Amino acid sequence: MFKKLVSAPGIGIGLLFFVVLLALPSFLPRFFVYILGLIYVTSLLAMSLNLLVGHGGLFQFHHAVFYGVGAYTLALILVKTSLPTWVGFLAAPIAAALFGVGIGWFCVRLTQLYFGMLQISLGSLVWAIVYRWYKFTGGDDGIHGIPMPGFLSTLNQSYYFILVVMAVSLVLLYLILKSPFGSTLQAIRDNPQRCAAVGVNVKRHQLRAIAVGTFFAGIAGVLFVVLERSVFPDLLFWVLSLEIFIMCLLGGWFTFAGPVLGAAITVSLRTFVGKYTEYWTLILGVLLILLIFFLPEGVMGYFTNLFKPKGKETGERGKA
Amino acid sequence: MLQVEGVVKCFDDFMAVNEARLTVQKGEIVAVIGPNGAGKTTLFNLITGHLRRDRGQILFKGEDISQLPPHVICRRGIGRSFQIVNVFHRLTVFENVQVAVLSRQGKSDTLFRPAGSLAVAETRRILESVGLIGKERRVVGSLSHGDQKILEIAIALGNEPELLILDEPTAGMSPEETFATIELILQLARTRGLTILFCEHDMDIVFSISRSIMVMHQGRTLLQAEPEEVRRNPEVQTAYLGGE
Repeated sequence: MFKKLVSAPGIGIGLLFFVVLLALPSFLPRFFVYILGLIYVTSLLAMSLNLLVGHGGLFQFHHAVFYGVGAYTLALILVKTSLPTWVGFLAAPIAAALFGVGIGWFCVRLTQLYFGMLQISLGSLVWAIVYRWYKFTGGDDGIHGIPMPGFLSTLNQSYYFILVVMAVSLVLLYLILKSPFGSTLQAIRDNPQRCAAVGVNVKRHQLRAIAVGTFFAGIAGVLFVVLERSVFPDLLFWVLSLEIFIMCLLGGWFTFAGPVLGAAITVSLRTFVGKYTEYWTLILGVLLILLIFFLPEGVMGYFTNLFKPKGKETGERGKA
Repeated sequence: MLQVEGVVKCFDDFMAVNEARLTVQKGEIVAVIGPNGAGKTTLFNLITGHLRRDRGQILFKGEDISQLPPHVICRRGIGRSFQIVNVFHRLTVFENVQVAVLSRQGKSDTLFRPAGSLAVAETRRILESVGLIGKERRVVGSLSHGDQKILEIAIALGNEPELLILDEPTAGMSPEETFATIELILQLARTRGLTILFCEHDMDIVFSISRSIMVMHQGRTLLQAEPEEVRRNPEVQTAYLGGE
């Protein structure tokens, strides 16, 4: 009676897609392998944001901070301590989630824009510390030449690692979204007042969602270090926060995979248009204006609406 | 079961609710009536914790609930529907009710199990009892206004409340829908042993189904009594009924 989470053909197509992506490095030049890796990392980051923005209705305006915290945690553990590598890989998302909950604890007391404003201020504070604390974080120079374990020594190996971790993370995010936790989160997005009236502790639930979302942002941070072997304060800068926000908007807030598409579009624009002009954001801006006018549900949202069976969700409007 | 004593709520200088009194006994159907702006909805919001009272006492099953947040009051056993349709617009009918059922079962935080497999039987039972079965896969935004009002009640039932507060359950409905909704409310009260507190503009409905009626005027309680006595009361007639 009730639809299963995924249909068998859905799994098939997903697996096929995954296999194709796994095979790509054998054909593509290094540069494209790197760009694809960057798209995966950014996709995961945008997806983690969309859990909070699109499905949670939270004004998570400074999400990049948690991505940066994840990346810096891994970098610092690998460079400054002699702890085993896996400790760093594990500690990074946990640190990101701790920062998420720490900042979120203050933010969930406010709503909507005020939530966003406070997060921008507290997040910028973290950025400022990273930016100025030369002795510890390397300041605006960042940290470069971060040593990676042997199984990640080549670009192709890093690519496979990033692809697998991203795929697993997306599956987990999907399961979370379809879980009672996820549907309650979406209910809060639609109507927090009503949610409280059915016995949901709205603020606590939002805080838990932030913990989950920032955890995955931390994973994205780890993957960035795997790809780049360096970290710099731009990872926590508000400009990046804005960019991933736009990716969610571009792909479609209310779809699951929309942000992946948004990330792919943005990263490609930056790479291929950015080669010719430093004003590539101009094109992004124009694209965004067109989008808001013509595809308010995002690119992915537009296509899912297109293929939705007609009649299922329309009808009887205005009967009363 | 519910005892409201001398409750006051001001918005700046405006006394929205002024020394309101209300008693609801277990198993009763109690109506609150009064002209627009009399403070009925504000009173309901005070009871369910969506607003905090400035003074006074709100006792539910003998305990003071006036300082509790809405979700705790809900878990104590007070469910409500809203005057203006207040549902989860992007979710399906089924999911709307399921959110409430999951919340009551304490499963809202379950992370790695598909929601589609949890609380299914109970959610379907509720949808069946209000007549929304067959529409459970529809997104709520596409339902008719009447169905959305019914869904309001269905969501509230998901919490298995002992006291159900309905804020103008038939507002904006056609006469046939109104009749069906009243039948539904009476039937729910009977089969589930619900205590119901509601407000309504249609005096025929109010006087035909209520055991007890509380009359509000400019935030004050004029009186609470049985329908016959309310009808005879001269003060009520000048303040309200006579005005029609």
